[in-house]
Amino acid sequence: MTHVILDKIQKVYPGSITPAVDDFSLDIPTGKLVAFLGPSGCGKTTTLKMIAGLINPTAGRITFDDENILPIPSEKRGAVMVFQNYLLFPYMSVGDNVGFGLKMRGVDKNIIQQKVHQMLELVKLPDIVKRRPAQLSGGQQQRVALARALITEPRVLLLDEPLSNLDAHLRDEMRDLILTIQRELKVTTVFVTHDQEEAVLLADQIALIFDGLLQQYVSPAEFYQRPISERAARFFGGVNFIPAQRHNGSIKTNIGEFHFDATQSETAPTGNTMLTIRPEQIRLNDGSPTNVIKGRVRECIYVGTYTRYKILIGSHEVEAIRGADLPGLINVGDEVDVHFPSDRIWIVPQS
Amino acid sequence: MVPNNSTILTQDRRARVATLFRNAALILLLLGLILPFAAFIINSLAFRWFYPQLVPNEWSLEAWNSVLNDDLFEAFYNSVVIAVGVTIVSIIIGIPASRAMGLYQFKGKRFVEFLILAPTIVPGIAVAMGLNINFLRWNLAGEIFGVGLVHLVPVMPYVVLTLSGVFANYNPEYEQQARTLGAGPIRTFWYVTFPAIFPGLVVASLFAFLVSWSQYILTFLIGQGRVITMPVLLFTTIPGGKNPNIASMSLVFIAPAVLILLLSSRYLSGESNTVGGFGQV
Repeated sequence: MTHVILDKIQKVYPGSITPAVDDFSLDIPTGKLVAFLGPSGCGKTTTLKMIAGLINPTAGRITFDDENILPIPSEKRGAVMVFQNYLLFPYMSVGDNVGFGLKMRGVDKNIIQQKVHQMLELVKLPDIVKRRPAQLSGGQQQRVALARALITEPRVLLLDEPLSNLDAHLRDEMRDLILTIQRELKVTTVFVTHDQEEAVLLADQIALIFDGLLQQYVSPAEFYQRPISERAARFFGGVNFIPAQRHNGSIKTNIGEFHFDATQSETAPTGNTMLTIRPEQIRLNDGSPTNVIKGRVRECIYVGTYTRYKILIGSHEVEAIRGADLPGLINVGDEVDVHFPSDRIWIVPQS
Repeated sequence: MVPNNSTILTQDRRARVATLFRNAALILLLLGLILPFAAFIINSLAFRWFYPQLVPNEWSLEAWNSVLNDDLFEAFYNSVVIAVGVTIVSIIIGIPASRAMGLYQFKGKRFVEFLILAPTIVPGIAVAMGLNINFLRWNLAGEIFGVGLVHLVPVMPYVVLTLSGVFANYNPEYEQQARTLGAGPIRTFWYVTFPAIFPGLVVASLFAFLVSWSQYILTFLIGQGRVITMPVLLFTTIPGGKNPNIASMSLVFIAPAVLILLLSSRYLSGESNTVGGFGQV
């Protein structure tokens, strides 16, 4: 239940000229789940550790509920971090691990025991109090680490790549668990990931970070619909980029002219731009009278629930995805009507 | 593939030969360790022992009686005080030094490494001669404190080498984890760092104690013959040529070392994740 604000944070490591994080401002609303997303080395873990108090920023301010917390040492901040490799203390039992935070606060032994049981129940791992961390599976260790962090009722929960060490089937389970607990305890949560899927699965808001700079801070859906740059669009799995020149409500490309929705016409970049559209937003043979262009199917990749098509339009190849149950077969070599819906076309500056 | 009878037989024979070799090696090793002790014990109890008798003609506790006197107690006391003090100080200096060597990369690391190892290459006598002049000037020569100080020179390489191995396998993020869970720096050390490096600390302390315990030349030169430790006493007894006395004194000299080795043996075996930070978790 804490409102976290990062205000123009900067971190320059000693011996380095370029800052690892620069001019980083972010408002993390009370009780929300926010992801720091970016490629490795972009400064996202540094930022997380600055919130935790494990790294001191070179400049800027961090506040929890309008209180500047930079002078407060890590152990008194109430920002608990769960590391990527869980870091359960190997020579302590699971119970002692989970109770560690309360022991450090001088809580009575009996109360600790009760709370440990409650927490282990919450992460759905009762009956393992006496076990050693080495006897647990990766997924169990992760949940014990989560219980250990939550037992202190932290003001802010910080997770480092919470799903990336887990198998596919455990990921969904863990995701549901984190979401349920986070909603139940309403703890303000920040997590770091390099995997856009992980970010989309968990976060209310995603902060996209490249080279230590905040690029965009919006909801997951927004990232798919309205990426701020070509790089951001590519990071979210965008594959179709066509160089374009815009003229008011329409854009000229070397494969043809398209109309695009008025909502972006105010804010859209001008000059050298890229037209981008996600594969699943392209319609094939849907009978639309406008924004249609002829193309030839070069490749069909059947994936089961959908089919992925590579279509040659002039000298350009675009990728489209089509649901399996749509009527009409499309085969390699077929000529198709490729429809770019005007409200799906998005324009980004050329990078 | 199912192995046929003959391959089972050869495997069986091979295993038996291996066991035989292992047992033979074990017996040789034990003999090598025990025989000198047996010789010392027999010698220390011999009163009259003439060629060609295999065992003494007469047994007696006289050697023990004459050796266990105030001089020996004082030397033993001095040795213990110096060795324990040196061990404690070397560990206190050694932990931060090894942490830096094991965990961090910094400019001139190779040079620092060389400086730490130098005492194992440079002859002790050269160091002692050089230090002696300064120690005389600073009134440290002839004092237990000065002797302890000079013992740190040969002891530090062993401590730092052992502990940097520990820290090389150590993940300092465990400390960060403890910090965010509410442990201050002191409790973080006590609950996280200390248990992780404990096996390594035992081994390093053992080295420190033994290296200090067996110093002769440094003690003799810096102690000016006024600080009498066990090795110094032993060296002055040997020219006397009384075998029973030498033997019993040697036993007193060796006893603490053997005792400590036995007590810490479980940390020396490869099975405990000795010298290995948190090992595999």
